[in-house]
Amino acid sequence: MQEFIDIALTVNGEPVSRRVEARQHLVDFLRNELGLTGSHLGCEHGVCGACTVRVDGAVVRGCLMLAVQADGADVWTVEGLSDSGGIADLQEAFIARNALQCGYCTPGMLLTAAEMLEAGRRMTRTEIRAFLSGNFCRCTGYHAIVDAIGTVMERRFGG
Amino acid sequence: MADPPGAVGRPLPRSGARRLAFGRGTYTDDLRFPGLLHLAFVRSPHAHARIVKINPGPALAAVPGARVFTGADIARVCTPWQGLMDNLPTMVSPPQHAVAVDRAVWQGEPVAAVVAASRAEAEDAAAGVVVEWEPLPAAAVRDRTLDEDAAPVHPELGSNLSYAAAIRAGDAEAALAGAAHVVEGDFSFARHTGVPLEPRAVIADYDPGEGRLTVHGGHQAPWHQQDTLSRHLGIPEHLVRVVTPDIGGGFGIKLHIYGEEIAVSAVSKLLGRPVKYVADRLESFVSDVQARDQRVSARLGVGEDGGIRGLSVDALSSLGAYGSYGRPPINEGMMTITMAGGPYANEHYEGRLRVAFQNKPPSGMYRAVGQPIACAVTEQLLDRAAHAAGIDPVDMRRRNYWTDEACPVRTPGGIGIGRLSLRACLDRLAAMMDYGALRAEQAALRGRGIHRGIGVATFLEMTSIGPERYGPAGARISTQDGATVRLEPSGAVRCVTSVIEIGQGTHSALAQIVADRLGVAPQDVAVVGGDTSLTPHGGGAWASRGLTIGGEAVWRAAQGLRENILELAGSILQADPADLDLAGGAVSDRATGEARIALAEIGRIGHFRHDTLPPGVQPELAVTRHYVPDAVPFALANGVQGSWLEVDPETGEVRLLEHWVVEDCGRIVNPLLVEEQIRGGVVQGIGGALFEECRHDEEGQMLNATFADYLVPMAAEMPDIHVGHVETPLEGTALGTKGAGEAGTVGAPAAVLLAVNDALRPLGAQVDSLPITPESILHALAAGA
Ligand code: FES
Ligand code: FES
Repeated sequence: MQEFIDIALTVNGEPVSRRVEARQHLVDFLRNELGLTGSHLGCEHGVCGACTVRVDGAVVRGCLMLAVQADGADVWTVEGLSDSGGIADLQEAFIARNALQCGYCTPGMLLTAAEMLEAGRRMTRTEIRAFLSGNFCRCTGYHAIVDAIGTVMERRFGG
Repeated sequence: MADPPGAVGRPLPRSGARRLAFGRGTYTDDLRFPGLLHLAFVRSPHAHARIVKINPGPALAAVPGARVFTGADIARVCTPWQGLMDNLPTMVSPPQHAVAVDRAVWQGEPVAAVVAASRAEAEDAAAGVVVEWEPLPAAAVRDRTLDEDAAPVHPELGSNLSYAAAIRAGDAEAALAGAAHVVEGDFSFARHTGVPLEPRAVIADYDPGEGRLTVHGGHQAPWHQQDTLSRHLGIPEHLVRVVTPDIGGGFGIKLHIYGEEIAVSAVSKLLGRPVKYVADRLESFVSDVQARDQRVSARLGVGEDGGIRGLSVDALSSLGAYGSYGRPPINEGMMTITMAGGPYANEHYEGRLRVAFQNKPPSGMYRAVGQPIACAVTEQLLDRAAHAAGIDPVDMRRRNYWTDEACPVRTPGGIGIGRLSLRACLDRLAAMMDYGALRAEQAALRGRGIHRGIGVATFLEMTSIGPERYGPAGARISTQDGATVRLEPSGAVRCVTSVIEIGQGTHSALAQIVADRLGVAPQDVAVVGGDTSLTPHGGGAWASRGLTIGGEAVWRAAQGLRENILELAGSILQADPADLDLAGGAVSDRATGEARIALAEIGRIGHFRHDTLPPGVQPELAVTRHYVPDAVPFALANGVQGSWLEVDPETGEVRLLEHWVVEDCGRIVNPLLVEEQIRGGVVQGIGGALFEECRHDEEGQMLNATFADYLVPMAAEMPDIHVGHVETPLEGTALGTKGAGEAGTVGAPAAVLLAVNDALRPLGAQVDSLPITPESILHALAAGA
């Protein structure tokens, strides 16, 4: 019943090639094969956003994508974006505002927030909330997360 | 002895947050073990059924090398447990096996454990296990569980009743008969669960050579886990070690003893290999403890002046097939009848409770335990009475609060109240909301066909429960916490605590406490915990006790170290320790504030240059202290919440516009942490008010066991939440803190319920069931029209 397929992709800027089980989803691949445990699993059915990663420039739910579908792709996780400094201002704002408690949702939140910033403009709190509506956080109540993202927008795009 | 101005009280960012924000958290499933096996469970597809036969053959054929353990196999190394309490002789609760033996009593109960080299293979093999079932009738409709003809959940008990209780003070019936206005409600609170984002996970590693068991898992009470593993698996307690890595949320869900966790340890013991189990979300919905699930009929009588004359509350509280082990499983219902009416002066009260079993997942404590129900019932009736008496709801509350002169007082429900700050909280809340202006806006909008509602709800929050409750129950759960604070040779400080960090930021607040006692910066204090073999024994993370109990222990340990450091400095400097102080990372002169010797010097001499010390000096640069809360039976926090929302009578939808909380959790160590505890708690309370419900059909099949179907609050539907504080320090402790973790969840459902009914009142409709859904609002409107 097991079927294996060779894949080659770029993860956090580095080339990776592996033989993977056809049924393995992307986050299990990142976590179990590459040891990138910053991406989490909260539901494995595409609702909570804990598994959010960036694939070819867009955020995707890593539990809804198979590792084999990432063959040839450019994948970024919270570890890579932390090392590159690409989300440093978001991370600092989250920390300063205490926009995380258990931290389990945080990597997914940060990747979604980073995508929000790609729009290149400030958003209203309502817009930020709508953009976050695919990321579940059980701890914070969201208010601080909205504050933190709003602060970064203000800093990046002015008042 | 108050600390000088320092780190305590400041909104410092949490020290552990950086690691988590960089994706460097280490949750249970992130740990790596050589030789690890993976475990998956075969679960009952029936809510009630006899296990006729388990055939592992097809599983073993599909996954060669897999191993299958039935309930009977596990029972050979693991004894069952029973959720009884010494001080509740009339409560009944049957023995529970880690994995069902003979009979499954809820849909989702584990009936076999399957082990393989990977999780995927373990799941493949589990799917191949063939169980022959004989389905039995199930009791799965809450309000019919105690009927004569209800199916028995545990036939050997003779009834589905687990416990009944009554509280009487004065004469509620007579008082209600004589009241000018009597209002009533028949409330329903759905069953829901805590949904921590990280599912439950455990790795058990039994070392047959040493006979040692090490368990890694996100548990809120690791000592309770250690005690249970030791006694039920027959491993001496000093050879059982429970380690808690980062925990992806708990809220009470990870507080309990679960068959799955114990079975994983049993299998590890049987195989002598490390074994891991991680629940998936579907399993979480049928195996995490579930909570609330009550029907409450209540009546409140008031005089013409709006003063409360009497209150009567009758609650039917539903457990699942089992209650929690080691903790009073009836607490959800007991909190309802003891806390109802709590904030308000009253002499005549009657509370009745029946607690019943159902063929549903086991019940346990979830954030705020019963208090949201007590609060919603009380506050909704008070709003109705205010309306009947023609009094503004805020004024109604002000008139009825216990006065300062009346305190200390024991409420008719039996809650000892020392000192509250209800009026101050209410005034503050009304100002923050601009209550008068909001009422005017509401009236103006009503004229334009826009239906907005205001809910103002008062809450009490019982936190940091002391020995009076758990001791007599015979619970093997400590209400004490402990800490060791030590000075490292460099002058830096380490604090080893029994407090379990589950994301609240408690460890960071502990560093602030130590910093002030020792005159160092918080970043010079490292706080570690989460290993039962290394830290002092403690109770764990529940009842918002981390700072109030664990923080007090830390304060005492730091104070002890302070004294030792000053004594050592006295012998080094040939000075009287009473003339010395600690500030700015140095021992200083108390009178002039001038630095005399750096802590780094004390550390160096105290650890490495004993040859230079006068004879007889024995440096003690590590101090351990424990604290049992002895000043009061529990720390009672209080506050008020306000909700402002809009109901669309066409669609039944509720739009939350704004939410306010004023909370008095005593002295605040770190407002940033407190406010986010409150906000997070409010949103969980809103979840219970508007979205969350474990829905089961009449056969006990859960109908919505996915994240797509079990609705939780998401960012877009949540309002901004404004938080204000009143600080009334808890008397009899050095720190003066009270818990803050449950306040939001206690009061939010009431505030939202009241606001919805406030919006509906002119339309002649009212809702009494939580969650309030668009359907229930449309139904109420149709009934009212
Ligand atoms: S784990 Fe992928 S969306 Fe929940
Ligand atoms: S911080 Fe715990 S789920 Fe978001």
